[in-house]
Amino acid sequence: MLENHAKLMHFFDSCDEVVGRKRLQKMVYIMKKCGIRFEERYEFHFYGPYSEELTLRIEEMCNLGFLSEAMEEKKNYYQYRYQLTEAGADFLSHAEIDRPVLDNYIDAMNGKSSRFLELVSTMLFFEHLPKEEIEEKVYTVKSKQNYKQEEVEEAWTFIEEMRYVS
Amino acid sequence: MTYRDEKLEEEKVFKDPVHRYIHVRDRVIWDLIGTREFQRLRRVKQLGTTYLTFHGAEHSRFSHSLGVYEIIRRILENFHDRDNWNEEERLLCLCAALLHDLGHGPFSHSFEKVFKLDHEDYTQAILLGDTEVNRVLSQVEPGFPKKVADVINKTYSDKLVISLISSQIDADRMDYLQRDAYFTGVSYGHFDMERILRVMRPMEDQVVIKESGMHAVEDYIMSRYQMYWQIYFHPVTRSAEVILSKILHRAKELYEDGYKFELKPLHFLSFFEEAPSLEEYLGLDENVVMYYFQMWMREKDPVLSDLCERFVNRRLFKYIEFNPNLQMKEWRELYDLFEEADINPRYYLEVDSSSDLPYDFYRPGEEGERLPIHLLQPNGALKELSRLSEIVESISGKKRTDHKLYFPADELERMPEDSETKRRILGILYGKEEQ
Repeated sequence: MLENHAKLMHFFDSCDEVVGRKRLQKMVYIMKKCGIRFEERYEFHFYGPYSEELTLRIEEMCNLGFLSEAMEEKKNYYQYRYQLTEAGADFLSHAEIDRPVLDNYIDAMNGKSSRFLELVSTMLFFEHLPKEEIEEKVYTVKSKQNYKQEEVEEAWTFIEEMRYVS
Repeated sequence: MTYRDEKLEEEKVFKDPVHRYIHVRDRVIWDLIGTREFQRLRRVKQLGTTYLTFHGAEHSRFSHSLGVYEIIRRILENFHDRDNWNEEERLLCLCAALLHDLGHGPFSHSFEKVFKLDHEDYTQAILLGDTEVNRVLSQVEPGFPKKVADVINKTYSDKLVISLISSQIDADRMDYLQRDAYFTGVSYGHFDMERILRVMRPMEDQVVIKESGMHAVEDYIMSRYQMYWQIYFHPVTRSAEVILSKILHRAKELYEDGYKFELKPLHFLSFFEEAPSLEEYLGLDENVVMYYFQMWMREKDPVLSDLCERFVNRRLFKYIEFNPNLQMKEWRELYDLFEEADINPRYYLEVDSSSDLPYDFYRPGEEGERLPIHLLQPNGALKELSRLSEIVESISGKKRTDHKLYFPADELERMPEDSETKRRILGILYGKEEQ
């Protein structure tokens, strides 16, 4: 029952908390691209890879009391904080799912900004293309973010490191 | 005259129950409609298993695709002389609108989940591969198929073009809400599309709505909200979808176990391997699937034959509301009791969640999450819809999730009256123990 939810709960269990829905979206996407078996389907949206399924599952887990969501009002938008609740931890303890070690992935991503994770996930979205085309794509679809070449280089290094995380 | 600009000698029209007429004047569009890959969409239903709940819902992805094309055609007529609109993008938009669902397979939602496929990948493959569609698009210019693929993949450089085909108020949604309402026969789903089209304005990187059109948009959001609960999330349709998924899982499991099918499932073999080629993918439409289901009703495997019989003859699972948090213990008990009763719980007991369905509500969202609907104010500023509309604000904050437990009530009824297992199962499901 709710195996895909449980996999996400395992992720939240491995984090202290996740701040920001965009950040959450990109973290799950990057881990998925690193071979962690999250089942949420992603599409490219205005701000990079985005999963409506993930958004809905988060909402369901909040409504079921498995996840706590705190909303903070910012100047022009709302920001959300997520943490696994006791009920969530209890559910997770009974779930029959694989529990890959996520700590190193999470540590690596926690040190990075949302903007950077958006860049990394966008590059991963185009990973089937040659390197030059990926960079060209990033500059085309992310023209407003004005990513600098150094950031793109840093993202390549980060992707390389993430692939060897276990 | 180049192929890109070629017009038919006279305008062709398709009679359409939703938009009255679909108008085609461009040679490219006419040729695309005639390709085998586009004609295949006639054999894929727009609403999958919904016809088992609303018998009228037999309309196809073919008619929906024509509808989306027609809406875009009308929007672009309005955009013709407006700022921010580049008329050079017209044909690209029309092609992307017409072809946006090209990769959908039979009962695509369940198929994709079970066989780990993504129709978006097949849309790309059809547009860029050795296909009739690709040959038509390539005649426009060699890079044109890639441009259409990028628009549909939402990775095209001009975000305004993308937002016409795919955003929270796009031609896709405006067609399917009205078309699905028409064919299911419900009274929700109707809104004043003509008004919305009149107040749509192209901006640099998105379509926005003039503030004076807010009430028409409110109506659209309300229609969307009601259609989700009344049609798309309908529990009986979800029951059919659960059974469909179970059939596919069972057939795949039997194949992996080396089971000898009475009728070799040739069309499914590459799906069982989770790697169908484009040709194999295109060869499996809903007519073919229903043929196999009919044949599998005669298979020796009792689970496969029973599930197929249920699907074909609409002997669906019953359901109860279920809270996976509060009823975790009951779930485990039920699972064990089903095994005790020799009813395989992996195929006959399922919790289905609203997130398992491919539909979404309007969401204002957090910054950087998903582009909301923006209203264009008289001073030129943009404001997110729910900040100006109390109606939208009120339904945006509502709880929108639910979970149901599905089970074969008829099978349970057939258990001996004096069975202790039966008594305990019914006790958990219905909250009272059978006398």
